Parts: sequence; structure tokens; C-alpha cells
Amino acid sequence: MPYIPHDEEETAAMLAAIGVDRIDALFDEIPQHLQTFPQGVPEGLSEMALAREFEERAAAQPSLRSFAGAGAYAHHIPAVVPELIGRGEFYSAYTPYQAEASQGTLQVIFEFQTYIARLTGMEVANASLYDGASALFEACLMALRLRPQQRSILVPRYLLPHWREVLDSLLPLQDVRCIELDADPQRGTVRLPAQAPADAAALIIPQINALGLLEDVDALQRWATDQGLLSIAVVQPLSLALLREPGGWGESGADIVVGEAQALGIPLNGGGPYCGLFACRRDMVRQMPGRLVARTRDAAGRVGYCLTLQAREQHIRRGQATSNVCTNQGLMVTAATIALASLGAHGLREAAVRSHRQARSLLAALLDLKAVRRPWDGPFFNEFVVRFPISAVQLRDALLADGILAGVPLAELGLGEDGDLLIAVTERVSDEDIDDYRAAVGRILEQ
Amino acid sequence: MESIFDLDHHREPVTADLDIPAALCRQHPLDLPNPSELEVLRHYTQLSQRNFAIDTHFYPLGSCTMKYNPRIAHRLANLPGFADIHPATPAQAQQGLLHLLWDLQNGLAELTQMAAVSLTPAAGAQGELAGVAMIRAYHHARGDFQRRRMLIPSAAHGTNPASARMAGFTVTELPTRADGDLELAALERELGPDVAGIMLTNPSTLGVFERQIETIAERVHQAGALLYYDGANFNAILGRVAPGRMGFDVMHLNLHKTFATPHGGGGPGSGAVAAAAHLEPFLPLPRVQREQDGRWRWLGRADRPQSIGRLNAYAGQIGVLLRAQAYLRRLGRAGVKRVSSYAVLNANYLLKELQRVGYRAAFPQRRASHEFLLTVEDLHRQTGVRALDVAKRLLDFGIYAPTIYFPQLVPECLLIEPTETESKATLDRFVAVMAQIRQEALEQPELLKGAPQRLKLGRLDEAWAARHLQLVQER
Amino acid sequence: MSTIPEHLRYSTTHEWVEDLGSGRYRVGITDHAQELLGDLVYVELPEPGRGVQSGVTCGVLESVKAASDLIAPLTGVVAERNEALGEHPEWLNEDPYGRAWLLVLEAVPAATAELLDAAAYGRLIEGQ
Repeated sequence: MPYIPHDEEETAAMLAAIGVDRIDALFDEIPQHLQTFPQGVPEGLSEMALAREFEERAAAQPSLRSFAGAGAYAHHIPAVVPELIGRGEFYSAYTPYQAEASQGTLQVIFEFQTYIARLTGMEVANASLYDGASALFEACLMALRLRPQQRSILVPRYLLPHWREVLDSLLPLQDVRCIELDADPQRGTVRLPAQAPADAAALIIPQINALGLLEDVDALQRWATDQGLLSIAVVQPLSLALLREPGGWGESGADIVVGEAQALGIPLNGGGPYCGLFACRRDMVRQMPGRLVARTRDAAGRVGYCLTLQAREQHIRRGQATSNVCTNQGLMVTAATIALASLGAHGLREAAVRSHRQARSLLAALLDLKAVRRPWDGPFFNEFVVRFPISAVQLRDALLADGILAGVPLAELGLGEDGDLLIAVTERVSDEDIDDYRAAVGRILEQ
Repeated sequence: MESIFDLDHHREPVTADLDIPAALCRQHPLDLPNPSELEVLRHYTQLSQRNFAIDTHFYPLGSCTMKYNPRIAHRLANLPGFADIHPATPAQAQQGLLHLLWDLQNGLAELTQMAAVSLTPAAGAQGELAGVAMIRAYHHARGDFQRRRMLIPSAAHGTNPASARMAGFTVTELPTRADGDLELAALERELGPDVAGIMLTNPSTLGVFERQIETIAERVHQAGALLYYDGANFNAILGRVAPGRMGFDVMHLNLHKTFATPHGGGGPGSGAVAAAAHLEPFLPLPRVQREQDGRWRWLGRADRPQSIGRLNAYAGQIGVLLRAQAYLRRLGRAGVKRVSSYAVLNANYLLKELQRVGYRAAFPQRRASHEFLLTVEDLHRQTGVRALDVAKRLLDFGIYAPTIYFPQLVPECLLIEPTETESKATLDRFVAVMAQIRQEALEQPELLKGAPQRLKLGRLDEAWAARHLQLVQER
Repeated sequence: MSTIPEHLRYSTTHEWVEDLGSGRYRVGITDHAQELLGDLVYVELPEPGRGVQSGVTCGVLESVKAASDLIAPLTGVVAERNEALGEHPEWLNEDPYGRAWLLVLEAVPAATAELLDAAAYGRLIEGQ
């Protein structure tokens, strides 16, 4: 019996102690006709057979060098990260309700909060939410709690479309709507209206937008402040090793910061689990969703950590809670924290600089090809759009045969033109990878 | 213990010629430490050792199903063929992954006797939100916009009302009878044309099976409302009773409970949603579909225009889903039924044994499900010792504490869930420890009130933490 | 057994009211209330000048394990609030009838007529 330790003798002794003769008798309060056996579930497998099945499925897909981004990036993961998060003490613990027996998890979260606060230049950060997109949804709700008279959120056209879809699924449930802000067609960045709509609570500012372009964040932040709006910054944490932190945007800094922390030590995993980061100003902390860890002490004055402000949360506030979220992305937070520690300020900057440099090299190599151009030519970090003379989907599919995932066709995101491919480059991309990519594209274009 | 922020060595900054306007760049260097790799490894290894976990300690945390997390599932989910897949990879280059997710959708549909499954919700709470949003979408699609109220038993997990409210409902709480079942008269009184549905956990949060479930389903459906099943306690009936057969229309499963995926210190979880045929069009996206030619692909908005839509950036917590599928595949048909059998055997045995050593059951006349409620109100009256003190004292014996003060309607309660993967010897030791704690409570209550006594830290001051609110390390 | 000063009046929602004369009333929470809530960590009070209505929520009291609405025991206008509680929520546990007063309300004379006296409040919490 996989994972169940009881032998017959023990089972019999336990049944005798309870005073029944067989296990089925323990289900005697459940109407008999409701008890049916799931015929459709296949027979169980041995561990060996199971491994074979999964290994075959894993081998069914080609191994690809990834140039895809759009919110998920193939950065290097330091070897200590998987080593440490696989430790049973992290892997098989639960939410640290009993602080004295959960100091490992609690201190990791406290360190994560500190890392995120320092990276974003904000005063406080929480223990994480499900992913970047759901963190953005929660940030919108928080903005509305802070501005209870308002009913809408200003969303730039070039927010990642799948993030926008999350807002469109969930915000209308609470009668909140997204108002889209146009983009400047030449520059590919936000075009601000003279006046914000009267019922708007907040402006979302994605620094790095869905085209990979950098926005003029100071101007956007100043406009938000002038219009009496809260600002919600959407950031890619690794880029903050180079880019201005949201706490320093404009004169006042952003109010709320969210982002996807996958780039920090978390595998691509086909799209999850990832880790949504969430930071804000200290005076807003009681409106913040999600878990928070605070430093405290015991009776002897020894320093320790515990969950705090739990009265905001669903298990106490029930229907009045700031969110229905119960936990955080514990193990992914542990991965991100350990990745940040391993890289350090030095390694983070090195990874960011190299990602940027290799992205520029690949862009230059591609622009060298005939009829390939860049539709929007503003500054970027590690992701850019290139317009090919053929369909980007066709090109992407063709390059799979070379073991290259060439990027994300903008058409698949519902943006841009047929030939537009959104290409992301990380520090893992070597000069040889760039040559291979260029050669493969050149070959396809010549056909 | 020291902080990672104390472990710093000077490193010459990387100089770079950036093709980014200076105004968009960071003005001050990152204020983060540069520890050595060995220091990192040591720091986090030592931190891990300050946790209780299933792998190291008995962890009878009620309503959380802290069962063994099989390591084979961990290994297989981390195969590079899965871990390295970018979410934007076209379907033709992720057929192996889609195949496994398709198998999981089918397995969960079979176990719940529901028509279809969406794996995207990132946690139980998001599954609940999806489920109640589907109920809303169902009524709206029928042109019925009056149903703004959700009924929820007062003993329900706090997430239920929070999720209902996030989906735009107002919440009416229903009372529970002294025997733990729902107050049927109150339900009948509340049902009406403004009620969208009812959210139930069965077995309930009180650790007993709701015996009137079929009557409840009949009444709710007669009133034009739907039934939501909170899968928090599915471990009690896995492979034996299917929510679809009990009359539920939509539900979520906590894969991190019933399907043995790790809790990871708080997450990631996974809250797959299953729905009956009439709610299938509203399931969240994306979902996996098998085509005529035998290949798999993601279903999107164009395929399911009535869907409540996308809940997170991609297709959910795929690494968790793979672990759940590995577990289900390993157990198979006979294995899943054994799970509920032994989970319920362990709970009933533990309840009997704890009663034998003097503890009081909150519902002594009822059969326990996979968990049960004790109340130490008698101890509290006699000695001033509270459930919290018993919980903290358990830590001294290397046992993680049960859930305490939930559900709130039972005073001084402990909710205990041993799970099927614990042996009789472990349960017997727990009983012996609990017996000793009871003795200590009667003879030297101060010992409990000052617990834990044997850990590296004494009882932590949560009030001090909330009053001073140090949420980040000072510079 | 919690303290119930004789000279105060009480609401069924565990607030106390002291008649200061001239239509001014000082309001706080009872010793019993602070015992139920446990360690108080945060208080949110209405601003001076705001109207409050008897029986209606006008603030929040937050402890480590609970959040509780503050229910106005009288209908009136907030004249003062105890700003020091922002820094010292623990006073609510230490001295609920003294330095942890919450509000001074302005209301009509004899506004406390509907409230309980100490004996009736004592019976109320006994019965709970």
C-alpha cells in the first residue's frame, strides 16, 4: 500500500479500540447509495513504472533554447537554489501558524520582504501572492479600498495582455472597470490624456511594457500625482538592478509595486508556480492583501519572527478581509530569496548587464538581415520586438527544428502585426547562441 | 540567528555601458549583501533546521491534510523536460506536458463525478473564487441578475465568505445544530429568488459528515440556486463518495491536501475546479483539450466564450499539478480508496484514544471523519490553561500543534487531522504526550502557559510584533 | 471577574459611557471587552467633527487574533479622540476605563438613558 504504513495486525487493533469490525463501518453515517467506487481511475503504478511514464512524457518535447519572454524568462538558477528548496524542512512545512516551530520559514519570508522592499525602493513588502498578474489584480482592489469613492483603474494598452485578461475576469465581479490608455503608435509607450476620468482610482505603470520598451516613468508618476491618482508600478525585479526603483519615480515614488519574481531562481515550469511580489508605502499596510511577517521577541528578549496583522486576513475577518488569499507562494519565496542571496548585489547587476548586452547583440545581428526592422525603437532592457518580412508564427515554428524557441509572436498576444516577434534575451544566451539564432533566421528568410 | 543582510563582502561594481537613458537608470547602487556561496548554503540550511515539517515531525494540523509528500513526485515534476518549458511554447512542442495535464483533468473528473475540470486556480481560495464566479456567470447567462446572496454555514472556513464577497455576493451565514449538521429550517427560511447558491464543506469543518446533504441539495436546487463544494476535506471521502453524486454543481480540490503535493511553508498550492455539465462552459481558462487527431492543445476564449476567463498569467501551478498527477497515478484505483479508509481509521482511533485519556470531543455522539474536534474548555475552567497553551506545549515534545480556535463556534478547540500516512506507533506516542500534557495542565498549569520551554525560542510576542511592526530589516 | 465601575453606563456591545456634563460624554470599551479581544494592537477612531449613530460602527479595534467593530453607544458628534492610542494600543488592555478612553462625544443631555447601569451590565456579561 503506497505511503500507508498499517499492517493487518495494527489495523485490527485500531478497529477494536474504536469498537467496529471493519473500516467500512467507519463510514456508516454516509448514505450507502452515495458510496461508489471510481471505476474510471486506472490501476496504480509502481514507482519504476510511474517514473518511466513521466520520463517518456518529458522526453516527448524538444529541448529548446528559450528566447521567449512576455513575463517569464529563462534566467540562470544558481545550483544552491534547488538544493536548498528541496530540503524537507522547507518543502514539507506549512504556513507558519506556530511561530516557535517555524522560524526557518518565517525568517526566510522576512528576508524576502526586505529584499523586495530594497529592490523596489518601497517601505514594506508582503510575503508574496500567487503570481505577478494576480498580484496586480490585488493591487487594483487595494487601490479601490484606499479610494472608496472611485470605480475604475487606468490600464495602458501595452500592459501584458494575459495580465490584462486577469483584471478583465475578476475586477468586474466587484463592479470595477479597466479604462484603457492609448499608446503612442510611433513610440509604443503610454500616451497620457490631459485629464484622468473622474472615477479613476489608480494608474498602472508597467516598467517594461508588453513590447519590451521602457516607459518615461517619471512623467507617468508625476501625472498620476497631479491627477490625484494612486500609482501601481509593475516591475520585473531583475531589471531593477539597472533600472530606477519605483520608490524613486517622480517626486513622490510609486504607491504600490507588483511584479513577477519568476526571474529570481524559479524555473519556467510551463507557467507556474511563480511568485507575485507586492510592496507599498508603510501607511497603506493595513489595506495590503496577503501574509506579512514581522520581527518580534520572546519573553527573554530573544529575536524571532511571526505572522502579523492577521486581523486583515480571511481566517479572522471572513467576509470583511482585505483578500481571500490564505497563504503565500512559500517555496517559491524561498527560491527567490536564496537566488537573491546567492547572486548578491554584484551578481544581480552582472546578470542584468549581461542580459541587456546580449539582447543588444542579438538585435544588432537580426537588424543586419535584409528586410528585418524594429517597429518601435525606444530604449529596452532585455526584450524587444523585431518585424520580419514573414509571419512571426511561421518563423517561430520553423526555428523549433533548430532547438530554438525564437520568441513570442505579438499576434498571439493580440498585439502588433503579423511579422512582429517579441524576443527576450537573458544572461544565459551565449555569443554562439546569437550566431545560431541569426543563422537559422537567415536560412528561413532566404527560402 | 543572524540575518543574510549581515553576511556581506565588498565586490567591485560591474561597470557597464548601457544603452538606456540615464534618467531611467538606478541612481544609487543596490543595497543588497554579497555573501559567499558557502555562507548562503549554511545560512539557509540552518534556517531550515528551525522548522517543524512533515519530513521531521508529526504534523496533525486540522483541515490542512499534512500527509507525506512522495519524493518521486518531486523528482518527476522537476525533470528538465517539464521545468524548462516556457509558457509561450506552442502546443506542438509541449505535447508530453499537455498529455499529463489532460490525464489529471480526467482523473479528477472521475473522482469527483463531475463533467469537466479546469486546473488553473492557483490555490484553494482562487478555486473558490472561480467556483462562485461561475455560479454568478451561470445565473447571468440565464438572464437572472437577482441572485446576489450566497449562503454559508457559520462554521465554514473564513475563505468562503471572503471569496463570495470578492465575486460580488453578499453573505448570509447559516447556523449549525448541536450535533454538527446544518440547521435545515434556517436554510429553508433563507432560500429565495435572491439566493445564488450555498457553499458547503462535506465532511464539514466540524469533522463530521453532513447527513442531510441530499435534502439540502434538493431544497437548494428547487429554489433555483446552486451548490458549491469546498474540497478542503476531500481526503475523508476520496475514492468513496463523489461530490457530483451528492448533488454539488461546482467545487474545488486542494491538490496540496488530498493529492499530497507539498505545502512548501505556505505554498504553492493548487485549487483545481470541477463542474457539472451545466457549468462547464463557465470554467476558467486555459484548459487542455484533446483533438480528433489525438493531439492536445490549450482551450482559449474563442473556444469557450462564456468562460469566467483567466485567473492568473498562465495555466496555473503546473509544477504542483504534475506532482498531483504522479501521486494519483502511483495510487491508482485501489490506492485512492485506501487513502480515505486509513485517514478515517486514524482519526477515529485517535479520537477514541484521546477520549480514553480524558479529553472531550466536541461531537462525542458522531463518527469522526478524517479529522475531529476536541475542546479543552473543561481544562480552561479548572486551570486557566487554554487551547493555545496545549498547542505550544506539544511543540516541546516535537509535535506540531493542531489547528486551534477554528471553527470559532466551539470554544477552546483543537482540530486534529492525523492523515493516513501516520503509523499507529506515531498516533500512540501522540496520545501518550497528550495524556502527559493533560496531567501537567492539572498539576502545573504554569508550565503550559510558559510553553514552549525546550525550543530555541520561547513563546513569541505577537502583540509586540503588531504594535511595533518591523516588516523589513533596518539598514 | 472583570471590573465594572459603578459610575459609568454601558452598552450591550461592551462600550462604557461617562457623562461629563454639558452634553459631553466620554466613551471607551469595558474591561470585559478587552479581555475578550486579547492584546490590542491597533485602533481606528472617527475624526473629530464626524457624526456617529448609536448602534452603528464608527471605528475598528484590532487585536492579535481578532478584529472588532467599535459600535457607537450614543448618537452624537465626535468632539475629541484619544490620539495617544495610536502609539499605545496596549493601554486598552492595561487601563480601559482610564487613559485608554476612546472618544468624547457631544450629544443631547441625558443621552445615556437607554444604556445599562453597572448592575445590569454585570448580569449581561454573566449570562454570556
